[in-house]
Amino acid sequence: MRLLGFGILKGMAVTLENFVRSYFDRDRRHHLFTKEYAWEPGAPAEVLPARADTTVTAHSRNFPILLHDGADPMGGIRCVACQICERECPPQCIYIEKDYDEQGKYIKRPAIFDIDLSVCMSCQICVEVCPFDAIVMDSQFELSTANRFGGLLQHRDQLLKSNEYYHRIHPEEARARDDRMAQEKAEKEAKQAAADAAKKKAAEAKAAAEIAAEKSKPEPSAPTAGGAA
Amino acid sequence: MTQTLLNLLAIAVPLAVGFASLFAFTTWLERKILARIQNRIGPNRISLPFTRFRRLFGLIQPAADGLKMLAKEDIVPRDADKLLHLLAPILSLVPPMMVLCLLPLELPYATAGMRALQAAALDNAVLLFFAITSLNTLAVFMAGWASRNKYSLLGGMRAVAQMVSYEIPLVLSAAVVIMAAGGMNAQAIVEAQRAQWFIFTPWGLAAFLIFFIASLAETNRSPFDLPEAESEIIAGYFTEYSGFKFALFFLGEYLAIFAVSGLAVTLFLGGGAGPWVAAYPALSCVWFLAKIFALIFVMIWLRGTLPRLRVDQLMGFAWKFLLPLSLLNLFVAAAALKLAKPWLSWPVGALVLYGAAVALSRSHRADAAPRTYSYAE
Ligand code: SF4
Ligand code: SF4
Repeated sequence: MRLLGFGILKGMAVTLENFVRSYFDRDRRHHLFTKEYAWEPGAPAEVLPARADTTVTAHSRNFPILLHDGADPMGGIRCVACQICERECPPQCIYIEKDYDEQGKYIKRPAIFDIDLSVCMSCQICVEVCPFDAIVMDSQFELSTANRFGGLLQHRDQLLKSNEYYHRIHPEEARARDDRMAQEKAEKEAKQAAADAAKKKAAEAKAAAEIAAEKSKPEPSAPTAGGAA
Repeated sequence: MTQTLLNLLAIAVPLAVGFASLFAFTTWLERKILARIQNRIGPNRISLPFTRFRRLFGLIQPAADGLKMLAKEDIVPRDADKLLHLLAPILSLVPPMMVLCLLPLELPYATAGMRALQAAALDNAVLLFFAITSLNTLAVFMAGWASRNKYSLLGGMRAVAQMVSYEIPLVLSAAVVIMAAGGMNAQAIVEAQRAQWFIFTPWGLAAFLIFFIASLAETNRSPFDLPEAESEIIAGYFTEYSGFKFALFFLGEYLAIFAVSGLAVTLFLGGGAGPWVAAYPALSCVWFLAKIFALIFVMIWLRGTLPRLRVDQLMGFAWKFLLPLSLLNLFVAAAALKLAKPWLSWPVGALVLYGAAVALSRSHRADAAPRTYSYAE
């Protein structure tokens, strides 16, 4: 039997441990997230922002962006408009429409991809669920405009940023993501190659078996085989 | 006559000024402790102007906050009831201010004449305490009503329901102490604990816990901060208050915390008793404040730990759990006080009270299935 109020005491033990160890502990779990006076001369190097032109550190996250590879945004867009993020976004601030060519065939990219920044809560869930590494978090926060509603609805072309930009704002994360993608790609290719090889082998075996069957077949069936050939 | 007046001022002014400055300190303390619980630093930027003192651990922050509050525009909604809107913050300050003088603080410089004037010596100090603090509900509802804002009104209604409900366990748990001390004179209650603080008896411990929980609700502290639940109803009853009126609400709230913690110290923790008080009577005041701050630390600690209750949970907890338990505690205390063998009071009392608490919590637990989340796997 659980003691009455035990859960509360357990929770209080956790917070008390945080409270006490925040003064003494230097390990990762209990160190202070805030770095004092990061922008003042003499600040330790690890607290300084990743880029010189911003006060934002490499750990800051807000509002998602879409990634593209290469120089042409629409040519290299990674998003295939699968709409998973649209469904998973808790406040439902993503709106996607698929793109079709003239024949009405789905061409695996979004025609419309809007994010309503007045609703987005920067939770990063869209990033977590995207199977194509197409959407990541930005660190841009200076989004004010002179009019009241301007710039709140971000469209596809505003959201599209290059992979280089991503490398600039979140270097470590971008590198890890690229590595993982490369690895996944290599694995997929290896698998494909293995599958191809197996297929080829199977085909060869089948052909060999067919030849063998042909040889051992009795004469009367020869016209049929000839007809099939 | 003049002497009496001077004595009165000598008692009242330090209380008002002292606790008001302790309020500033407590806001700083709360922000620092909450920050540390969350592995942050908390306020640390404000420096003393024109000096070399750069940080001082952010201790100047409350002064900056106060200046900011004073300088802010005072906004009154167009449709608000102007008079009530103005009166509510003032009224919210008066009851806690008044009850502070009921605490049996032994001011070190007090002469016999001053002591005679202290309200703590009143024969019904505890009763008066509850009578005056319940006025606070009125101020809160006044604010909620006068603002003509749905969030304010919701907050005000929640506050009324909550404060009225929790007043009962609060008073009932204090009644146990009154039974044991044989009176409501605050100084006499402290005197009665000379041999043993009431918290060190089974009924006293139970009463203290009930009292503490109910006082959290009375002062709108987390996890019972529904009347001002920021994430639900913006700021509750003081949504429409800005500038200095807002600061007054804030001050009133903290003074109420001081007052109710002070009462808890008086009733259960032996008032100003502590080591070396006999040798240095001035220490009594220090011990009293130290105990108050220990309680306040626990309040802040709880705020950093527990999430807010739902409205139905809140009411259910008061009426179905705290109220029966505090009623039972009355009987346990009466039996324990009349018991022929005092050593029996701990095992029997603890067993009865704990058993009752478990039974109560079992019988009211909603048998809901564990919640399933569609997205978080
Ligand atoms: S961003 Fe990712 S999850 Fe969202 S539609 Fe594009 S590919 Fe799908
Ligand atoms: S960050 Fe969260 S709220 Fe914003 S678009 Fe992504 S899923 Fe939606």
